[in-house]
Amino acid sequence: MPLDSPPAAVPEPDLSTSVIRSPPGLLELFLAFAKMSLAGFGGVLYWARRGIVDQHRWMTADEFNETYALCHFLPGPNIVNLSMVFGSRIRGIAGGVAAFAGLLAPPTAIVTMLAALYARYGEIDALRRILAGVSCAAVGLLMATVLRMMTPLLKRRDVIGLVLLVAVLVAIGVARLPLQAVLLVAIPTSLAVTIYMRRRISS
Amino acid sequence: MNPDGNPIWTLIWTFGLMSLFAVGGANAAIPEMHRIAVDVRHWMTDKQFADIFAISQLTPGPNVLIVTLIGYAVAGVAGALAATLAMCVPTAALAYYVSGLLGRSGHSRWPSIIQAALVPLSIGLMAASGLILAQTTDRSVVAVVMTAATAMLAFATRLNPFWMLLAGGLLGFAGVI
Repeated sequence: MPLDSPPAAVPEPDLSTSVIRSPPGLLELFLAFAKMSLAGFGGVLYWARRGIVDQHRWMTADEFNETYALCHFLPGPNIVNLSMVFGSRIRGIAGGVAAFAGLLAPPTAIVTMLAALYARYGEIDALRRILAGVSCAAVGLLMATVLRMMTPLLKRRDVIGLVLLVAVLVAIGVARLPLQAVLLVAIPTSLAVTIYMRRRISS
Repeated sequence: MNPDGNPIWTLIWTFGLMSLFAVGGANAAIPEMHRIAVDVRHWMTDKQFADIFAISQLTPGPNVLIVTLIGYAVAGVAGALAATLAMCVPTAALAYYVSGLLGRSGHSRWPSIIQAALVPLSIGLMAASGLILAQTTDRSVVAVVMTAATAMLAFATRLNPFWMLLAGGLLGFAGVI
């Protein structure tokens, strides 16, 4: 707010301008996450950042990045983890559950209806053709995400990272080995290499 | 139907366990979902799997919704709910716990080291997802071109993915793909 508002402007109450926004209630959390979720085609992260940081100012950009980093290194759907961690930081476990439910309940209801339609009409020729077209685009979107995430590795010329990436791609995508078996080898290997490289750089 | 007994328990067990290994999120677990749903348990065909991936991308919301669709195919609405919660609740509880732990112990080096170690692996998993789905989806030259064009467009611009999915659907409906 500009300090010298024109006299015609409605005077603001003292508290509302400078004070940090009061933490949202449970219903507000639920609705905010439902809104982000329903805006997100092909991923909710962009909308979550926009809603939490830019729109509601519930977190600074740094706090958001830190929270997201935590949720990204933990297993499971990242944005679902984020809803739980964010909600519980604001309103305890009830807040976590409210954000989690807001994120998941509306899209789950929608996709369940679509599943019922697909089970009933999935063999209709026009629908088959539409889904074939959508699949092509959807696979393209997934590949774009892979390219985006790979760019920093390529820029850093991170050869070891790229070798690990290709090894996992071949083990899972070509040899079709079970995920658990591959990760039980890949995670310790990658951790050992990462720790070794950091020690070598720092010494 | 299911030799192991109640299909709901099979779904809960399968996805609850899978979620704990889903480093890099739901899209990174797609090869494992495909392996279990198509190859191991024969819940659906290759083609149906590609279809539900398309439907999950067409629905707004987190990428984890593909699990809801697998659950529905196995055991209807109850299966959809069971699979979704099994995939989301254990790791959300873990995230809640770890976040509280890290909040108390101050800054730790471990999250950054673990994250650095996991990034190449989760990219490899997502690339494997793309490869497996492309083998079912991209059976014609036009289809391959469509996938490549979408990938480049989504990589180079900030266009809402919905428009690309819509374009794919329209081209499919017109019989081009």
